[in-house]
Amino acid sequence: MTMTHPIPDPEDAAPVASAIIEVEGIHKIYNGAVTALENIHLEFNRGELTSLLGPSGCGKTTLLKILAGLLKPTSGEVRVNGKPVTGPGPERAFVFQDFALMPWATVLRNASYGLELQGVGKREREDRARHYVAEVGLAGFEDKYPHELSGGMRQRVGLARALAVNADVLMMDEPFSAVDEQTRRKFQEDLIRLREIEQKTFILVTHSIEEAVYLSDRIVLLSPRPGRVSQIVTPNIDRHGDPEAIRRNPEYLDLIDDIWAGLRDYVE
Amino acid sequence: MPADQTAHSPVAGVTSRWISAVSDVPAIWKILSLAILFAAWEIGGRTNFNWAFPTFLETMAALWEMIADGSMGAAYLRTLEPLVIGLVISLVIGVSAGVAMGLRKDAEWLTLPIFITMQAAPMAALIPLITFVYGIGLTSKVLAVVMLSMPVIAINSYKAVRNVPQSLVHMCHSFMGSRRQQILTVILPAASPMMFAGIRLGIAEGFSGVVLAELLITPTGIGDLITFNRSIAKFPHMYAAIFSIVALAVITVSLLHRLEVTLFRPEKRGA
Repeated sequence: MTMTHPIPDPEDAAPVASAIIEVEGIHKIYNGAVTALENIHLEFNRGELTSLLGPSGCGKTTLLKILAGLLKPTSGEVRVNGKPVTGPGPERAFVFQDFALMPWATVLRNASYGLELQGVGKREREDRARHYVAEVGLAGFEDKYPHELSGGMRQRVGLARALAVNADVLMMDEPFSAVDEQTRRKFQEDLIRLREIEQKTFILVTHSIEEAVYLSDRIVLLSPRPGRVSQIVTPNIDRHGDPEAIRRNPEYLDLIDDIWAGLRDYVE
Repeated sequence: MPADQTAHSPVAGVTSRWISAVSDVPAIWKILSLAILFAAWEIGGRTNFNWAFPTFLETMAALWEMIADGSMGAAYLRTLEPLVIGLVISLVIGVSAGVAMGLRKDAEWLTLPIFITMQAAPMAALIPLITFVYGIGLTSKVLAVVMLSMPVIAINSYKAVRNVPQSLVHMCHSFMGSRRQQILTVILPAASPMMFAGIRLGIAEGFSGVVLAELLITPTGIGDLITFNRSIAKFPHMYAAIFSIVALAVITVSLLHRLEVTLFRPEKRGA
């Protein structure tokens, strides 16, 4: 079953999980003139994958960077595990759209870089990084440099780096937008499988409706200029079994149409 | 992916561009290109188009003669003193100032105009002025080297730091790297290719500086070998002296390129 409901109606929300991130009244104004985000109230539930979906210019990446502590909101507050966010924290890890790998460092050093910054000893951090490099499917590539890898493989290194610091929340900023379609599909399937192993909260920024519906427990639709929460959609798609089957699931296809019907007005 | 070096070409002095270009080409092509140049030189010399122009082989013979009798070695001992002192000063101050300007707005506003002026000004015209103030001793020659090499080094270091991809800096920040970790593990390695390109250009400029000083201030060292041999019309020896300083500059700059790859950019090794 699929539930679509407008915001705000906190009573209707399914009382399943506790909120790991709470967003209260976030406004973001750039240069005192451009309102990127207006009055955002949101909760992100522990263990869920939430997508921030919307056309370009809706402030979805801005919102993610505020959650990550990389940007400061003009007003409002973000709380992670009840504590207000003042900057990046160990309970959050970021996956970058352009991968942000160090070209002079091997896959293993890139993947262990978060641990290196925390002061974890070389041996331990490399062991942990090796585990996650294998988990994202790059075993055997530990000593390669980023320029020797394809775009999809580079993003896997970015993912391994974020997993290695063992944060509760993984924030992914359009992680698949710089890779080709085939790689993207494979990556999406792998992400579903990865979620079964890693009990983490994922927040994904995307402009792809298919991607959001395919992967998410919850989709936050943002409307552009100024960025507001227009709708929250909770796809109820069974993701066990064959990941390819999801793409033929009628609920999946219908929901894509519904969301597109809602977003269509904002484009043009 | 590592396009940062080619995307923003470094600021080059007039004399140093070709030296830097030569040091990036594979060995076979370098040798071939040198062979063609020397062959053309030999043929040009044999045509006697100019009575003061020796052939390549005559020049090499004169070079060997000067090396064997020790005059070349003695000359280089004199020349290297202001060159090395000047380059060390330029490297330390130039790199520090460049990095500081790249990292901090206040340092940029305070220092950048000075280096831009130094970069643009024809330094050869200022050398008589230095002589006027500091006399004809070592100080003036060191200053000549510094004035030519430091602006290139500082401005390239500044640009290198400025061109570090912002996403790498954000990445370091998001994994809770301190400012110190950010500078040491992200900014400096990411800036190193362009910074080293600037250092190579700066060293090449330093060679021009020392030769200019020895020609314009007082003839000592290699400058003396050039002027003296010209005055007594021993042209093969004059050309040999010029040849030796060009060769030394090229070799130094090439070695520096190797050092850079070994130290900072392991991914380019063997590439």
